[in-house]
Amino acid sequence: MTIEIAIDGLSVTFREFRALKAVSIAVEKGESFGLVGESGSGKSTLLRAITGLAPSSGGSITVAGETLSGSRRSHAFRRAVQMVFQDPYASLHPRQTVDRQLVEPLAIHGIGDAETRILRALDEVGLGPSFRFRYPHQLSGGQRQRVAIARALIVEPEILLLDEPTSALDASVQAEVLNLLEEVRARRGLTYLMVSHDLGVVTHMCSRLAVMREGEVVEMLSAADLAAGRTVSDYTARLMVASKGFSREAAG
Amino acid sequence: MTLLAVRNLSVTYPTRTGLIEAVRGISFDLGRERLGIVGESGSGKSQTGRAVMGLTPKPGIVRADAMTFSGVDLLNAGPADWRTLRGSRMAMILQDPKFSLNPVMTIGRQITETLRQHEKVTKKEARQRALAMLEAVQIRDPERLFGLYPHEVSGGMGQRAMIAMMLVCGPELLIADEPTSALDVTVQLEVLGILDRLVRDTGMGLIFISHDLRLVSSFCDRVIVMYAGRIVEELATADLSHARHPYTRGLLDCTPKIGEDRHPLPVLERRKEWAA
Repeated sequence: MTIEIAIDGLSVTFREFRALKAVSIAVEKGESFGLVGESGSGKSTLLRAITGLAPSSGGSITVAGETLSGSRRSHAFRRAVQMVFQDPYASLHPRQTVDRQLVEPLAIHGIGDAETRILRALDEVGLGPSFRFRYPHQLSGGQRQRVAIARALIVEPEILLLDEPTSALDASVQAEVLNLLEEVRARRGLTYLMVSHDLGVVTHMCSRLAVMREGEVVEMLSAADLAAGRTVSDYTARLMVASKGFSREAAG
Repeated sequence: MTLLAVRNLSVTYPTRTGLIEAVRGISFDLGRERLGIVGESGSGKSQTGRAVMGLTPKPGIVRADAMTFSGVDLLNAGPADWRTLRGSRMAMILQDPKFSLNPVMTIGRQITETLRQHEKVTKKEARQRALAMLEAVQIRDPERLFGLYPHEVSGGMGQRAMIAMMLVCGPELLIADEPTSALDVTVQLEVLGILDRLVRDTGMGLIFISHDLRLVSSFCDRVIVMYAGRIVEELATADLSHARHPYTRGLLDCTPKIGEDRHPLPVLERRKEWAA
């Protein structure tokens, strides 16, 4: 197995605040890897650091054999690595049609044949051609997230960085989007790095995961170990309890 | 004893393309218990909560055969009646404390404002009661939070402050509309625990609105499942495993759970005839 994403001792500092403290993870090619933790634990910062959106102050990031430095990324990297954000209400341009949002990445990367690619991308995420000329406000939350996924897939990436892709959606719509993501990964052999605070979602989607807290990785384990309750740190155990839902005993 | 009785409630919005029926003829009773209202976005669950509080935005039209809250006829309540009811006898907690707290007022002032609006209390008394309430929602340093502005606190803290503000007058009915959806899982549990204890201790009625059937069922005594503005099923949470309606079963099934291996996840079915 080849390592697709290797992060070694990565630190990110915003002024005096250390958002990431020497984090190391390794994601294999074709794997789906989860990052779990509460807000402020640095899981989104890690994704942003990979794409160059957060300033790294130490350590190294290697993606597909290419060692990255600073916040500059090569053209090939920008095509191979795509990101899907949490809130589809905020991540789509409100005054552009679905068509325009899908044309843009194609134009940036100089990919021709836009017509067929757009129709294929829409089809792949389960939206028909009738959605092509709609504006985001004419779509439901689930449909918007599908457009965001289509936008990421249209440039044929190898790695998807998913930042809480379903937490802004209803439980019922979440299932549909998760199924779509799994289907796409199986078909295209993509590598996923997925952030979520929902252990149920992460164990469903990912084979391995890292539990983060206050900018550090507290524990690294497989989804099977987590499901069987073979956890080491107290914090992971607490997350487990929380994810089981409310109970009078647990709440004390 | 029935605290709230709703008969044949409907909420409609006239639009350029015709009437949108958000809620279509629902009836329910609430005693001093915890009632959950569950459904997807657009099922009318929040509109039901808002109609009960008299907060249906214009140009929405609320119609009902009857809607009474401990003897008060809500359908014919005027602005003055609503003022005495809302905040003191019935209160509402909204989803995101970022948007429901006043950003330019300290948290302490927002809580004491509620108190001073509804009760004859001195400034000193109001302050003491607000601090006691903040302590009741398990805030370690109430004095500190009292003087802070909403942007200076975390989501969990903000939601606790919101709960404190809503409960400080000791309402008989509390409507919580997705009170924990904007919070982290671990914080969610703490906030629910606080809410649970306060509801139990004061014996108020609670309507808990959420899209998460599992969460609601672990928290409430009874659940109403809504689909397209109607109630499709009503059942005690203890009987949830015996839910008969396919929509309820679908809502239960569609969330991934730890230790389960279901690929792909079952997807919720939506049929036209359920909406009829």
